[in-house]
Amino acid sequence: MEVYVQQKPVEVLKPPVTSIGVIGWVKSNLFNGWFNSLLTIITLYLLWKVIPPFVRWAFIDSVWRSTGKVCRNIDGACWSIIATNFRFILFGFFPYDQQWRPLIAILILFGLLFYSRDRNHWTKHLGYAWIIGLVVMGFLMRGGLFGLPSVEATKWGGLPLTLLLSIFGLTAAYPLGVLLALGRQSKMPTIRWMSVIYIELIRGVPLISLLFMGSFIFPLFLPEGMNFPTILRALVAIILFTAAYIAEVVRGGLQGMSRGQYEAAESIGLNYYLTMRLVILPQALKIVIPPTVSILISAFKDTSLVVIIALWDLLKTTQSVLSNPQWMGFSREAYLFVAILYFLGCFSMANYSRKLEKELSREN
Amino acid sequence: MAKITNENAMQVAKGQPEKVPFWLDPKKRAIIYQIGVLCMVGLLAYYLVSNTLTNLERQSVATGFGFLNKESSFEIGESLIPYSAASSYGRALIVGALNTLKVAFIGIVATLILGTIVGVARLSTNWLVSKLASVYIEVMQDIPVLLQLFFWYAIFYETLPSPRQALNPIYGLFLCNRGVIFAVPESHPAHKYMILAFIVACAGVYLIRRWARKRQEQTGKIFPVFRVSAAMILGLPLLTWLIFGAPTKMDVPELRGFNFEGGLTLSPEFISLLLGLVLYTAAFVAEVVRAGIQSVGKGQREAALSIALRPNQVLNLVILPQALRVIIPPLTSQMLNLTKNSSLAVAIGFPDFVSVANTTMNQTGQSIEGVALIMAVYLIFSLSTSAFMNWYNKKVKLVER
Repeated sequence: MEVYVQQKPVEVLKPPVTSIGVIGWVKSNLFNGWFNSLLTIITLYLLWKVIPPFVRWAFIDSVWRSTGKVCRNIDGACWSIIATNFRFILFGFFPYDQQWRPLIAILILFGLLFYSRDRNHWTKHLGYAWIIGLVVMGFLMRGGLFGLPSVEATKWGGLPLTLLLSIFGLTAAYPLGVLLALGRQSKMPTIRWMSVIYIELIRGVPLISLLFMGSFIFPLFLPEGMNFPTILRALVAIILFTAAYIAEVVRGGLQGMSRGQYEAAESIGLNYYLTMRLVILPQALKIVIPPTVSILISAFKDTSLVVIIALWDLLKTTQSVLSNPQWMGFSREAYLFVAILYFLGCFSMANYSRKLEKELSREN
Repeated sequence: MAKITNENAMQVAKGQPEKVPFWLDPKKRAIIYQIGVLCMVGLLAYYLVSNTLTNLERQSVATGFGFLNKESSFEIGESLIPYSAASSYGRALIVGALNTLKVAFIGIVATLILGTIVGVARLSTNWLVSKLASVYIEVMQDIPVLLQLFFWYAIFYETLPSPRQALNPIYGLFLCNRGVIFAVPESHPAHKYMILAFIVACAGVYLIRRWARKRQEQTGKIFPVFRVSAAMILGLPLLTWLIFGAPTKMDVPELRGFNFEGGLTLSPEFISLLLGLVLYTAAFVAEVVRAGIQSVGKGQREAALSIALRPNQVLNLVILPQALRVIIPPLTSQMLNLTKNSSLAVAIGFPDFVSVANTTMNQTGQSIEGVALIMAVYLIFSLSTSAFMNWYNKKVKLVER
């Protein structure tokens, strides 16, 4: 019997050039099949039609530092509207020489948010830091002590107002939402039904109707002589609104808990309050962190609605610049700028939420 | 301690109920809690209502819905039913509600189409298309819808030219700062009968579907339902049109003086509201559609192909029923969001329900009634939607054996 043994090494064939490298990638991702090739060509054509004119408008033909008059004679974007009115758009009617105060407040907020990104930092100390930070921010905005001139809440505006409404709105709505969620899961029919009615009622109506309620009806609810500033009334409306949505998210987390958790807590003699505080809520709230962040995102976007009840948030200050005859007609530039600010805020939060989701699913 | 416990245990063993003070009995305690909460809520309500009544009395505002019959004396830009400044507030509010429904209906249809396209594009194997779709989704989701409305509205009244220099991209379509004007078929008695034919065709399709399903269950024979339905829905109105001599005359808008005459005009407010709502909500719908398609496992498709189902049967009988179960609930909530967001029309001056109610409140001072009406109308929308949702969820619930 003859045994055949391969003596020479087999020649290694390289894959054809058309299936590796740039060409291979293009072929398998852009031109696989006639339909995809057609799609690619159409898309490229559309992009070619859109992007170069946009770049020309936004960068090449644009002016960055000029008066409104100069802007009218050019074809490109007039970014001067932003450059000139930058401080008014961001800080509204806050006294001009005091605008470093909201700036520092915003920086403190961003610093705290940035530090809180890492879940390893979530300790008691961070909680204290947040409380101190919020007090300092409130003091910086309000003034009146240590030689800082006091600034009325009616003069707060721009970005600080937007951030204030969303951050305070969410922090105040959170405990209320958790209570409502617990109420909805409660065995006591009165409490359950009241929670259900509240949650469904609020989720069924648009935020704008609550803001109208805040601005038209809240003053009627209060005894004569007592009056809240409009900001606070809008804040109450936003809190009442956000709480219902948080309640639904938290309910999802509570329903995700197995019965065993309740039974185990009961078997070691914990009462309802301790069961919730030590066993159920820590786990349930951890599950719902990502959806909570998306509620924060929508609360952040929804604060723009206060324009309608004439609060001077970021959008309103922009519109007021646009109503100035010198800058009339440059809405595209101004709105694009505000859109970029909102986008940066929401996008970073959404990214963070995705990161958290990955981390949490890895742990479980 | 131990002794007492033993005694208690003996009592229980003997069948005698354990004596528990009422504040330690969970059942009685629950009742006390509930009464307490009710009292607190009642007190709060009493406090608020009594304050409100005193305030109203001081401002001498009449309560009640009597103002609905008074003359409104304000104009409404666009209306589906006859309306003038001499009509009552009640009629004005109906006009507003119809306008809301109009925006919501057209918006929902457009959103579904665009959202599905973007969602499918997001899953495309074409890198460019899928990246573009994800950029679209990300950007649109992260910009407040109100800002988008302002942006589109500004595009209309700032960037587009006056009617005299209106853009005319295709024959019969004009774009200018007065809105979008396009040609429509000239009114003809045939149209009424075509709508009638369409309704008859829909009823016929429903009956045929029922009959075909029954026959398939009994005999196993398959009837080409889809082709026959499509032929009926398209064919019957077309046939009516032909019977009436195929009227093709179009009502083309023409520039007369400073404005267009003829054709159908969509106001800038309506178009920008629709654009903003559709582009914003479509991003969310696209995510819903993508998640739904991805939720159906690959094995399902392979299994369906392996029992020799045709590709369209795989889609209709295996993939879609499972994907829709995941898609429909979040989809309805997005549709509801669109309807609720249409209330932002008040910011750009489209006369939707909230906007009309706002004007009414400002004129009459009946703010409580106005806000209550707004809430009631939107509650009706959302409650009927959730009723539909419950019915649907029950219908598609997996029957587990």
